[in-house]
Amino acid sequence: MREQILKAIELNGKRTVEDLALMLGNPESEIAAEISEMEKERIICGYHTLINWDKTGVEKVTALIEVKVTPQRGQGFDKIAERIYNFKEVKAVYLMSGGFDLTVIIEGATMKEVALFVAQKLAPLESVLSTATHFVLKKYKDFGVVLDEPVKDERMAVTP
Amino acid sequence: MMEDKLSRVAQGIPPSGIRKFFDIVTEMKDAISLGVGEPDFDTPWHIREEGIYSLEKGKTYYTSNSGLIELREEVCNYLDRRFDLKYNYKEEILITVGGSEGIDVALRALLNPGDEVLVPEPSFVCYKPMTTLAGGVPVPVPLQAKNEFRLTAEEIEAHVTDKTKAIILAFPSNPTGAIMDKGNLEAIAEVIRKHDLVVISDEIYAELTYGVKHVSIASLPGMRERTIIISGFSKAYAMTGWRIGYAVGPKAVIDLMTKIHQFAIMSVPTTSQYAALEAARNGDKDIQEMCGAYNQRRRFMVDSFRKMGLDCFEPLGAFYVFPSIQKTRMTSEEFATKLLFEQKVAVVPGTAFGECGEGFIRCSYAYSIENLKIAVERMGAFVKKHTP
Ligand SMILES: Cc1ncc(COP(=O)(O)O)c(C=O)c1O
Repeated sequence: MREQILKAIELNGKRTVEDLALMLGNPESEIAAEISEMEKERIICGYHTLINWDKTGVEKVTALIEVKVTPQRGQGFDKIAERIYNFKEVKAVYLMSGGFDLTVIIEGATMKEVALFVAQKLAPLESVLSTATHFVLKKYKDFGVVLDEPVKDERMAVTP
Repeated sequence: MMEDKLSRVAQGIPPSGIRKFFDIVTEMKDAISLGVGEPDFDTPWHIREEGIYSLEKGKTYYTSNSGLIELREEVCNYLDRRFDLKYNYKEEILITVGGSEGIDVALRALLNPGDEVLVPEPSFVCYKPMTTLAGGVPVPVPLQAKNEFRLTAEEIEAHVTDKTKAIILAFPSNPTGAIMDKGNLEAIAEVIRKHDLVVISDEIYAELTYGVKHVSIASLPGMRERTIIISGFSKAYAMTGWRIGYAVGPKAVIDLMTKIHQFAIMSVPTTSQYAALEAARNGDKDIQEMCGAYNQRRRFMVDSFRKMGLDCFEPLGAFYVFPSIQKTRMTSEEFATKLLFEQKVAVVPGTAFGECGEGFIRCSYAYSIENLKIAVERMGAFVKKHTP
């Protein structure tokens, strides 16, 4: 049942327990219990909203930064990752295979703000060997959703 | 001048009951429709992409009349993999312009003037007109709500005559959502063999069953040799606009169907055949995902209708619910028309699928849950107001 619940809410965090019970055919009480259990276990880590900021007046820039680091004895990459992800500007940190070690996604109000963050906070960290900053110019699709796609039903209204 | 030159047979066919309704709904701007008989999903991208790629590669010529050999082979593999049906791709399959063409050429290949065809109703709208156009005589067999609209041996017996040539079997059913399980099929297979009938089994919704796996009547003993299976890509892969389907059956009838198809159609659009090849090869997972989504909506709809106090058996196939509206004391058509004007929700009157659909409405759940919720809320208010 867990997998079914998760799939049903993955792209729609607003689904009510009542709806889920109807859709999945389980009693509301069971669904509610599973959900709160999964929240406790941090399987469900939040119910965020996917916003296309480009359509608002709010200035926002996103950058993807490739970071090379020296892993620390006994702690591997986890310690340095923690040093980085604790900054509130940092939206995401992933450990990578391949040519660099960490992908760090940063959001700021302006390019300058992001650049300063990299120069003043990220690059000087002791285990950081190098950074390469790539600014996002346009988001086409995020979290599986095509951002600019109008919702439109092109089917004829009644068909056999 | 042209008016008196027209075919009396074609003119004699009553217009589709859906058409009339369609015109009113289209006029109305903010109506919510539950009237659609096709998936709400777009064709999965990897399938569309193969269609595009075939165009880029210049695959713009006719194919062999029966269809691309790779496609025929892949469809036969698919039928074996999913339904344990074994057909020889070299001589027992014809690629058609949707299930629709399959039904047409099957009837034309089978019927001699005056041959009767049993058409269990309520059913999809084309069987009777196509039978008439092929020179046959359609004989409606009314199905009953108390049997959850499954076909019984007694119902066949009651309508068989010495002129009966064939029977149309269309399960999972549009419009009722009914299915026939193996036991149900065994019961009718016996009378079908006894009266030596041919079965045209329209299995276009075979992939959309919930909690039970579809069984084809052709897989029962002694049935393969007398069955033509009609199916296609429209419903399972959300490919209605591509117009592609197929028929499988014994060589003799497929040969004759191919002859008709060769003169009437030549071959199915090549782009669609390449897209369908990808669907049959790599589309099982898409089907599973879409089927899962339909199932959630199905539960939601059945529960909502029951909460409204409408009798509604649990449909186990296709994407339709067929609730009874008898307690409102309206006819299906009255109900559908009033619902449209008062609450702006479009459903299809059961009578569009045969006279015995009176007292029922067809509601499609090929819509998002969000959409269904609004529709069901409005219908609830309507039913409450009109229940004496
Ligand atoms: C039962 C049934 N058979 C056949 C068809 C025709 O499908 P297509 O010609 O798109 O394959 C439909 C379409 O609504 C249907 O509901």
